[in-house]
Amino acid sequence: MEQISIAGQLFQYLITGITVGSIYAMVAIGFNIIYDVTDIINFAQGEFVMLGGLTMVLFHVSFQIPIIIAFILTVMGVTLIGILVDRLAIRPIRQPSVLTLIIATIAVSFVIRGAAMFFWGKNPFDLPAFSGRNPITFYGAVIQPQYFWVVGFLIVVVIVLSIFFDKTITGKAMKACADNADAARLVGINVNQMIMLSFALSAGVGAVAGIIITPISLMEYDRGAMLAVKGFGAVILGGLGSFPGAIIGGLILGIIESLVAGLISSGYKDAFALVVLLCVLFFKPSGILGNIEISKIKRF
Amino acid sequence: MEADKGILKISELVMAFGGLMALYKPDFVIRQGTITAVIGPNGAGKTTLFNVITGFLTPNEGTIHFRDQSIINLKPHEIAGLGISRTFQTVEIFENMTVLENVMLGFHTKLRSSFISSGFQLPLTRRKEKEIKSKAMDILKFIGLSGKWNEPADSLPLGEQKVLEIGRALASDPALICLDEPAAGLNETESHLASSLIMAIKEKGVTVVLVEHDMKVVMDISDEVLVLNYGQKIAYGTPEEIKNDPKVIEAYLGDDGAYA
Amino acid sequence: MMLRISKYSIFFFALIIILFPRIASNISAIEHYPDIMIFAGIYCLITIGLSLLMGYAGQISLGHGAFYGIGAYISAILTTRFGWNPWSCMVIGAVITSIVAFVVGAPSLKLKGHYLAMATLAFGVIVFIIFNEEIEWTGGPDGMTGISGLTLFGFPLNTVERYYYFVWGIVLAVFIFTVNIIQSGSGRALRAIHSSEAAAMAMGVDVSRYKIMVFTYSAALASVAGSLYAHYLNFVNPSSFDIFFSIKLLIMIALGGMHYIWGAIIGAVIITFLNYEWLHYFEELEILVYGAILLIVTIFLPQGLAGIPAIVKHWFRRTLSDGSR
Repeated sequence: MEQISIAGQLFQYLITGITVGSIYAMVAIGFNIIYDVTDIINFAQGEFVMLGGLTMVLFHVSFQIPIIIAFILTVMGVTLIGILVDRLAIRPIRQPSVLTLIIATIAVSFVIRGAAMFFWGKNPFDLPAFSGRNPITFYGAVIQPQYFWVVGFLIVVVIVLSIFFDKTITGKAMKACADNADAARLVGINVNQMIMLSFALSAGVGAVAGIIITPISLMEYDRGAMLAVKGFGAVILGGLGSFPGAIIGGLILGIIESLVAGLISSGYKDAFALVVLLCVLFFKPSGILGNIEISKIKRF
Repeated sequence: MEADKGILKISELVMAFGGLMALYKPDFVIRQGTITAVIGPNGAGKTTLFNVITGFLTPNEGTIHFRDQSIINLKPHEIAGLGISRTFQTVEIFENMTVLENVMLGFHTKLRSSFISSGFQLPLTRRKEKEIKSKAMDILKFIGLSGKWNEPADSLPLGEQKVLEIGRALASDPALICLDEPAAGLNETESHLASSLIMAIKEKGVTVVLVEHDMKVVMDISDEVLVLNYGQKIAYGTPEEIKNDPKVIEAYLGDDGAYA
Repeated sequence: MMLRISKYSIFFFALIIILFPRIASNISAIEHYPDIMIFAGIYCLITIGLSLLMGYAGQISLGHGAFYGIGAYISAILTTRFGWNPWSCMVIGAVITSIVAFVVGAPSLKLKGHYLAMATLAFGVIVFIIFNEEIEWTGGPDGMTGISGLTLFGFPLNTVERYYYFVWGIVLAVFIFTVNIIQSGSGRALRAIHSSEAAAMAMGVDVSRYKIMVFTYSAALASVAGSLYAHYLNFVNPSSFDIFFSIKLLIMIALGGMHYIWGAIIGAVIITFLNYEWLHYFEELEILVYGAILLIVTIFLPQGLAGIPAIVKHWFRRTLSDGSR
């Protein structure tokens, strides 16, 4: 057997960390999209990811729909679920205090998770990797082709969203709602529609994350909660509401987790990521990149 | 004379938010037993001044002495315990309580309550609670809300909510009370009532500092007026002196004369 | 509005507690209900504290399952590994849990809203992972057996009826204690914090002290509940203390009505029966049902079941005053 060098091993952890971190980054982006427009932290964000993975399995594996069409159908389907969440669960609330909204999104996450368990059962599902499973060996690290897809999709999502928010009228209108909902209403922006759109977009991004991670880590009904907590960790690390922060936060969290799993204990990797989250919350709640002024202005 | 004794002394006070100077050395002394109005255009630093005095903000520099004791770096509840009470610009009554309970909460500084003493209903706790209840009723009589003691506080009209907030602030038996725009949003009758209430508070021997835009109220009731602009003191004197101060007129006209 | 809780209603509550096993034992269909009521009582201890924390003081916690678990595991470990007396385990458990709650609560409670929710959730997950991973101490996912039962004045609490009265006696005592807190200066201070922290501070309420007090109190109650659970079942494993359980606690107080202390009792009893009895045969629907209950209550009945009398009263008054016009 060939001896794996320490450098190669570290490189391996780094690669795995970046892959997992890309998923956390996408969950974090999903949180931020909704938070920016509504000031709601959607505790059901992880459920969109889970639904993305399992729906893709249904379309592509069970129904044998070609991968690209199945991909599009899945993203559209989960986006629709996102719209329904806003319509059926968030908007009907008459006294939208922070506490009530937290409880409502928790309720939504349970409904989605419960429905998924009823529909798919408790077993994890696999999805064929997009470009097969022949790993590439690179400086002693074994890299699955799917890893490239994950990172590639993160880049695509970020580019598409940047163009959307900076160049299109709708995107700019959403940003306006984020800055000041009342002012946006005054200039004739339909804030309710923007809120719905934020749920749709965020669900869509979640679905993409779920589809691309399933070939690597499988997917089952109750994966959402942990993904949400980790994604929120990425959000907090990078500073609430910040898109570049979400990406950096996600990658850092992924890499830390992968290093802990490899070097210390795989059982404690989740706990360690959460300890990082708690430390940031306790000592620098504005995030490692965020500035304090902004976190003070945002009403919490 | 007792009345000449300064109860609150502020000097060299600087409060900056990032690059913005909200307060820049508005030195002044509040005399005991007087009503002092703080006026100035929007963004002059009036509410910031209140927040600094009551401990909600910690200033970057300067000193505040209340009855010759420094109160810088004390927490709001500690300052309240020393005898400075306040109301808020946006009415902050406890809407989940009755009118009476709102005032009873005002007695909190007089209450040494813990979960243990409350949970076991120790005789002392019960006696205190009874005493506070009757004192709170007295305050409701004083502010004219005793008929509505058992109503939910948020069912009151805005004018009465503001009066209730003043009553709650009085409950802690303060030596100094800071009222942030007590007449804002009130109609003429209501603001007249508020004015006479403030006068009555002064009669009780409580020193009053108020921020107010309603110039009629300010001129009618205050003994001293402090004018702030861009965080700095531009004038301090009797209402008569202020009315004729060219710097004050300029400050207000410069702000489109909005409040002149 | 917070309705005053009369002595009569507490007396009536005590009467129901006393009579329930007598009635149940005579009806074969509900013969086993006192056993379920033991669990309901144990959960009531947690929900009473949570109701004070969330409904009255307005501070969310999604991690109370962890405090419940710490209490249970301390009882389990100290009795099985060191042969300690169960009573001292219960007390030590409550003390240690209080310390943990203080250490976690002090920085957490500076956070608001979503941040606090996530911090407590993360804490809950971390503790759950520790229960699973520290196999030497906790037995890992398999849990621990052989936890000794309780004996009161040489009188072993080894039957369902005895344990039922014991647990519900504690619930009644804690309930009265908590009602006293609510209807005093401390309770007012908590509600003031819920309504406006700024105004509470300005009126001299030491906001952070009260938040930590109520957090610690509710954690200590959860710990006692955990010990009672461990000594009753003589067995613990981590799955009883996961995030799902913490959310179930949330569902209990939301369904009962978190602004009313009675809501804690009502919600805990209903959800316990749902859990152990009515949903027993529909396990695959469990999560869906819980989610649906929480969602429906949040949207249509934000005051919970205990709030219904107030709604009805309000509705009657309006109809009457409309009719008289």
